Amino acid sequence: MSDKSDKTDTNSRMLTMAESLREAMTIAMTERDDVFLMGEDVGIYGGAFGVSSEMQNKFGPERIIDTPISELGIVGAAVGAALAGMRPIVEIQFSDFTAQAMDQIANQAAKIHFMLGGALHVPLVLRTPQGSGTGAAAQHSQVLETWFANIPGLKVVVPSNPADAKGLLLSAIDDPNPVIFLEHKLLYKFPGRDSVPEGSQRIPLGVSKVVRRGSDLTIVATGIMVNKSWDVAEKLAAEGINITLIDPRTISPLDMEPIHESVLETGRLLVVQEGPSHGGFINEVIARVSESSTFGSLIAPIKRLAGMNIPIPYAPQLERAAVPQVEDIEAAAREIVKNWR
Amino acid sequence: MHKCESGKMTTTQLLKGNPLSSKEHATHALLYMWKVRKFEEAVKDLFGRGMMHGTMHLSIGQEASATGMCLALDLADQITSTHRGHGHCIAKGADLTRMIAELLGKKIGYCGGRGGSMHIADVETGNLGANGVVGGGIPIAVGAALASKLQKKGTVAVSFFGDGAMNEGAFHEAANLAAIWKLPVIFFCENNHYGMSSSTEKAFAIDKLSDRGLGYGIPGVTVDGNNIVEVYEAAQAAVARAKNGEGPTIIEAVTYRWEGHSRSDKNLYRTKEEIEEWKHKDPIPKFISILLEKNLLSQQEIDAVQQQAYDEIMQAVNEAVKAESAEPSGLLDAVFKKVSA
Repeated sequence: MSDKSDKTDTNSRMLTMAESLREAMTIAMTERDDVFLMGEDVGIYGGAFGVSSEMQNKFGPERIIDTPISELGIVGAAVGAALAGMRPIVEIQFSDFTAQAMDQIANQAAKIHFMLGGALHVPLVLRTPQGSGTGAAAQHSQVLETWFANIPGLKVVVPSNPADAKGLLLSAIDDPNPVIFLEHKLLYKFPGRDSVPEGSQRIPLGVSKVVRRGSDLTIVATGIMVNKSWDVAEKLAAEGINITLIDPRTISPLDMEPIHESVLETGRLLVVQEGPSHGGFINEVIARVSESSTFGSLIAPIKRLAGMNIPIPYAPQLERAAVPQVEDIEAAAREIVKNWR
Repeated sequence: MHKCESGKMTTTQLLKGNPLSSKEHATHALLYMWKVRKFEEAVKDLFGRGMMHGTMHLSIGQEASATGMCLALDLADQITSTHRGHGHCIAKGADLTRMIAELLGKKIGYCGGRGGSMHIADVETGNLGANGVVGGGIPIAVGAALASKLQKKGTVAVSFFGDGAMNEGAFHEAANLAAIWKLPVIFFCENNHYGMSSSTEKAFAIDKLSDRGLGYGIPGVTVDGNNIVEVYEAAQAAVARAKNGEGPTIIEAVTYRWEGHSRSDKNLYRTKEEIEEWKHKDPIPKFISILLEKNLLSQQEIDAVQQQAYDEIMQAVNEAVKAESAEPSGLLDAVFKKVSA
């Protein structure tokens, strides 16, 4: 698997997220014959972001299938192949384009197991890049995790680093249900803070990760916001403000346990997402804390940071202003801890 | 499986083959057409008496197309179906009691009461499911055919859909994928002249809907959908083509639905005369006249088959009415298939 990697020790290496995702797919396709990858330009081109680079050389065009530009057709064919005993991985070039395929995602894949009585199931992984920061404007930059999390029957995974991405993708491929796997574009080249284990170790879906522990403030963040929040936590730790950072990793189903535990200890909660605030996923985190006994332990109002309720604009200064940045998270964290003692 | 004693049979599967090839084949084909007719009449009756809720889409008048296509299929061949799917389901071999039970919201129904009329699937008979979305099943059938090709299973997938679905993007994307990959799939269009109230004259600028294949390099054939022998012959040729690796075929079966689109239909968009005219082209008497002419069955035998179909449906209704109702407990656990340890 890892003959060409930069080894930091014998069991793990630093990989980018694109590399770790490729490694997960390669392991799954080596382990089982029923796994295949299908999507636009996933073959010789290696996918728009190079995630499947070189994979067609290894597995051939029957298992790394280049498709026409046909999102609805591709996802529908993957649903049918999954029903007929395969485990397709579909790459949709930009998450924005899932809108083209939404009938097959929302009305077919998500509902078949429940609606058709449980005899059929759809072991499908839909991988797709999301997020702003590339200057690609409103139709190539959205964070759409909330769309999918609002549809019962879909599992929704939002990895924030290469090591998690590998283990979560392996679990997603194993899973007998449809999994929407949302990869932030700016993280593809992100080397991560932690090395990536070799081998085929899975990270179970539906388990939130406590990224770091501190007793002053709980931050719950998704995707790239985990990394921005980490930078804030590092900086504030030097000043004696200690932050617990929680990455749900799977936003549906959602594991609230570590969040409740941490808020009981810190009494302060900041939630951060890139997608627009209105109807956003983090509101669900806030609601669950608010309607539980954890609420009684809060010593500060809950603070929310999310994207503005606007389409993502093009110019870099406008694009930057549309979503939470490190300085926004830092200011919010300081304010909560300072104002509520 | 097929026990035939003096015209009385116990059936679980439609006997594959030309309906004129033997007395047994003829009996079978006629029995299934009648089962579809009697099933739909029973459903209409149960609705009329307030015993079923929701809506219903009856296929009375279209029995030859569903039965004729399924006469060319093996048990392992797969189908996807439509909101008007009772006939496809029965012709592929589904259990009548479980079908009625589903419509009555019973625990033993195919979907445990969770799907109803528009969502019956039956894994054992290769039925990947009816569909509430027009065109929704078309890419899924293409995916099943892709799986068949990748797994070298030698099976064919048939997508049943109506004339309305031919104007959905799903049809066009699915047709193109099937054509470029030469997949073993049959696009079976039941042209019953209306998508709800939209006539084919208003919705198409072509006369023969099978011509839609021209743009994709898919051969198309238009047949009298009320003549089961014609339907079977086209179906058989398409199956042979698919299983021979030559790719997809479009079959347009021209037929007519006698009943309204659904319960709410007041038939304002067509005339009584038109409906009466098509009732004179009833596919069942049409088949019977061929059988009598060819001395394949006697009138007495034909009457016995009709009685048997009626008895089977009545028995199914009686059993289903007595069955236990579906309960809301456990609904949350039915959304996802359990992940095996």
